[in-house]
Amino acid sequence: MTEPLTREPASRKPILQVRNLVKHFPLTRGILFKKEIGAVKAVDGISFDLYAGETLGIVGESGCGKSTVAKLLMNLEQATSGEVFYKGEDITRLSGRALKAVRRNIQMVFQDPYTSLNPRMTVGDIIGEPFDIHPEVAPKGDRRARVRELLDVVGLNPEYINRYPHQFSGGQRQRIGIARGLALNPEIIICDEPVSALDVSVQAQVVNLMEKLQDEFGLSYVFIAHDLSIVRHISDRVGVMYLGRMAEIGTDTEIYEHPTHPYTQALLSAVPVPDPQARERRERIILTGDVPSPANPPSGCRFRTRCWKAEERCAQETPLLAVPSVFAGSDSPAAHESACHFAAEKDVVGSASVDAA
Amino acid sequence: MPETTDSQSSATAVADAPAVAAAAPGLRKEGEKARSLRSDAWHDLSRKPMFYISGLLILFLIVISIWPGLIASGNPLSCDLAKSQMGPTSGHPFGFDTQGCDVYTRTVYGARASVSVGIFSTLGVAVLGSLLGGLAGFFGGWWDAVLSRISDIFFGIPILLGGVVFLSVVKGGTVTTVSVFMVLLGWPQIARIARGAVITAKQQDYVQAARALGASNTRMLLRHIAPNALAPIIVVATIALGTYISLEATLSFLGVGLKPPAVSWGIDISQASSQIRNAPHMLLWPAGALSLTVLAFIMLGDAVRDALDPKLR
Amino acid sequence: MTVTDERTGAAAPVSTTPLLEVRDLHVEFHTRDGVARAVNGVDYSVNAGETLAVLGESGSGKSVTAQTIMGILDMPPGRITQGEILFHGQDMLTMSAEQRRKIRGRKIAMIFQDALSSLNPVLSVGYQLGEMFRVHQGMSRKQARAKSIELMDRVRIPAAKERIGDYPHQFSGGMRQRIMIAMALALEPELIIADEPTTALDVTVQAQVMDLLAELQREYNMGLILITHDLGVVADVADKIAVMYAGRIVETSPVHDIYARPAHPYTKGLLRSIPRLDQKGQELYAIKGLPPNLTRIPGGCAFHPRCPMAQDVCATDVPLLHPVGAERGSACHFWKETIGD
Ligand SMILES: Nc1ncnc2c1ncn2[C@@H]1O[C@H](COP(=O)(O)OP(=O)(O)OP(=O)(O)O)[C@@H](O)[C@H]1O
Ligand SMILES: Nc1ncnc2c1ncn2[C@@H]1O[C@H](COP(=O)(O)OP(=O)(O)OP(=O)(O)O)[C@@H](O)[C@H]1O
Ligand code: SF4
Ligand code: SF4
Ligand SMILES: [Mg+2]
Ligand SMILES: [Mg+2]
Repeated sequence: MTEPLTREPASRKPILQVRNLVKHFPLTRGILFKKEIGAVKAVDGISFDLYAGETLGIVGESGCGKSTVAKLLMNLEQATSGEVFYKGEDITRLSGRALKAVRRNIQMVFQDPYTSLNPRMTVGDIIGEPFDIHPEVAPKGDRRARVRELLDVVGLNPEYINRYPHQFSGGQRQRIGIARGLALNPEIIICDEPVSALDVSVQAQVVNLMEKLQDEFGLSYVFIAHDLSIVRHISDRVGVMYLGRMAEIGTDTEIYEHPTHPYTQALLSAVPVPDPQARERRERIILTGDVPSPANPPSGCRFRTRCWKAEERCAQETPLLAVPSVFAGSDSPAAHESACHFAAEKDVVGSASVDAA
Repeated sequence: MPETTDSQSSATAVADAPAVAAAAPGLRKEGEKARSLRSDAWHDLSRKPMFYISGLLILFLIVISIWPGLIASGNPLSCDLAKSQMGPTSGHPFGFDTQGCDVYTRTVYGARASVSVGIFSTLGVAVLGSLLGGLAGFFGGWWDAVLSRISDIFFGIPILLGGVVFLSVVKGGTVTTVSVFMVLLGWPQIARIARGAVITAKQQDYVQAARALGASNTRMLLRHIAPNALAPIIVVATIALGTYISLEATLSFLGVGLKPPAVSWGIDISQASSQIRNAPHMLLWPAGALSLTVLAFIMLGDAVRDALDPKLR
Repeated sequence: MTVTDERTGAAAPVSTTPLLEVRDLHVEFHTRDGVARAVNGVDYSVNAGETLAVLGESGSGKSVTAQTIMGILDMPPGRITQGEILFHGQDMLTMSAEQRRKIRGRKIAMIFQDALSSLNPVLSVGYQLGEMFRVHQGMSRKQARAKSIELMDRVRIPAAKERIGDYPHQFSGGMRQRIMIAMALALEPELIIADEPTTALDVTVQAQVMDLLAELQREYNMGLILITHDLGVVADVADKIAVMYAGRIVETSPVHDIYARPAHPYTKGLLRSIPRLDQKGQELYAIKGLPPNLTRIPGGCAFHPRCPMAQDVCATDVPLLHPVGAERGSACHFWKETIGD
């Protein structure tokens, strides 16, 4: 039904297959009779596989559609077109009971710890809600104890069970969100910037926890984040998005050490390094040119308005996400999928310094 | 991969995962009671003097509306023109009105009509308004467009003109017809507020989070959206209650509301207002009772709203 | 102000008065579970043109301190029990509400941690930006609109002109954050308090926003208090650093010293927790234990239940901020040992 996209060993089965996923938000005018005057092309044709037990990191410019992809995978937004196969079943078409069953197995941790918790529910009610909705997971008498255990698991004091979200700091709230995501013991967790609000030590705790749970239960993660070093630490494979499309995808080493797409190279060069000595030494690729609007993306390659390598061909032809022909058949780590006509390696100073840090 | 059907074993599996952080000692006080917004709100209310004062006052009003005879022995309709506009005398502490009726007895008996019109109208407006507004906000689309237009139409009707027309058509002002009229013209006000509040709440990620868990529409509305949309509705509804009681008075004054021999504060106030120079006591008592009633409801609304706001705790 | 003169020495020339100085600030919250002591004696200062980075555990009181400076702390349940907040040497806590309002928003602006909830969901972004110009500078609707578009361009929101009528939920997390930044910059304040301004931004936009902040800072000699968890950003832009734990400053230092030689065990643990390349596939280092319950902060050094260097004295004696060299300070009894090994 679908062909595997990546060169993975045949033994590994994808648990989630995303094919040509598209989401356009209509831009409308008028109050009673809404007239469509265009669309924000938030996600515009994305395909990837998620394998059982792996972590797929997704990085990219803010506004490029990462959260929208996450919501599409959860069926929280209706896809304009495209499919998401979970165990061979297209979940974009599900509804009602079937969807509810799938939701037990795919859970999400939200980006914004302030708005993702109901201000009028106690922490106990928030983390206990999954059990109310899926009563078969935990018998009624057990729930309170389960909630306390979950709090403990994410490193929050179980004594806080009767508190309200506003009584917590941003990082503490995010851990409440993670506890809620873990409650149903899902197979896939979509994490939309789960650790952005945490300090590095708590972040390390949460990442360790996520890895431990993964080892134990074979969980699969889609891990969206801006912090490239944490993505590198946790991910088996990394996808780089730009303006609603996937620019480059490969294993962590392929992406971080042998990026071939100019956007990835710029992104890596901008990583701030936790070392004040490096302030002056670092060579950043400063992107110039206008940030295009997703309502009106450039023709051909979407990165061409800011790409220093852009040529005539980039405006005419849309580069496909595939192993570039220059590297085809080669064994070099540069031979991974990259959507650029002129894909080539470039030593990124930033990534070298990340190593040093 | 944990077997999905085997919920029991997978359930304990997470629990067994060793905690990242070393658990602090003495964490498991299983005996401690679970708290929720409702129990916390009740706990909060139970220590607010304002709640008791307003609650007792309202209880008192309701009791005398049902059994006015408990505190007034006279008959509100037995009047003696000879005593017209007389001041207080022994046994008649509030004096007499133009017809020579006892103001005290009339004020007590008037509570029934006024309080029922106020409560029934407010309840009707609140229920109808938040239902329609809430659904419009929640489902959006053409539902919303149609309801918004309808509420605009009702909003545009001048209330007094509407009252005169409606009440003359249905012939006769009774507590029921007056209340029905108020609900008919009053619901758009609440509907607008409910719609806005629901739209605001609906966009929040926590509603999405509930959906991601597989929550039904009903659950999302009742557990997540309604509690967060309730506060502004309570405030507006309690203030509106006062308006409805005074509106009943105005309609009586215009001759389309309740009519004598019915007894209501509205009728008495409208009759007394022309005599304010000669006999201010005629106005003072029914108007005072009206203000106190409105105040009691506003205080109660305030206390409930505060109790439902965890940020003030 | 007579009070300040006594403290700083009457002869102190005006130029040495810091732009903002927080002295011994204490803030607590009254909850049903007891009194949560969120801020327990915070001292820090920023000069004009300087960037102070405030680091610390999540829940350590960074945001509460910032909210207190801005005068937007919810009271109740919050309560300021002690301390001074001096802006140009004047204590803002004893000022009249009128005076304080003049400072807030115009002279001190804040970029909030929670971008979505600080924007009104039912008003368009353009309206909210324009309102600032209309209210504070009396601009006409049209002028305000033009100015708002210019600001949105400045924080790199694509197609600002078309999207000015959009509502907050129609923007991505990072875009909302940039809109908040635009609002704070609008009136060109003397001091900006940025509470995790770039948490929701990708590194390229983050670099642009930090450059923008730096540029404005140079241009207007603005002070900046930067609250962040990103040690990379701190290394990039900060002049000095204050590290918080359980509502206190546990270490202060100019930026270059702290990374190589932290003088407090908490800072040391924090730096060790940064993921390094050679740790791939291994557990990351994390400071053990739970953050303290603020209603029951441990006696002595608040960090002692989690500190690998703790001795008996740590459980009984509160460590003061010991001077470490000329410019640094560490609230640890054993700072010498910490810095040494
Ligand atoms: N409900 C909506 N209506 C209209 N446009 C939307 C809506 N939701 C998102 N968008 C637009 O879709 C684009 C992608 O948004 P998305 O939230 O997916 O970005 P993101 O990659 O998660 O960014 P960030 O890293 O800043 O969170 C943005 O341009 C955003 O403005
Ligand atoms: N209204 C409140 N009632 C009770 N406790 C509160 C309240 N507001 C904040 N707190 C507590 O005060 C402490 C400090 O919170 P603050 O938001 O300042 O943390 P922070 O250092 O900014 O953390 P983060 O980095 O996670 O944002 C937290 O432990 C929090 O639980
Ligand atoms: S296809 Fe052209 S514009 Fe696009 S990234 Fe490659 S070189 Fe740049
Ligand atoms: S005072 Fe003691 S417990 Fe506190 S940080 Fe120093 S060594 Fe650790
Ligand atoms: Mg996002
Ligand atoms: Mg904070």
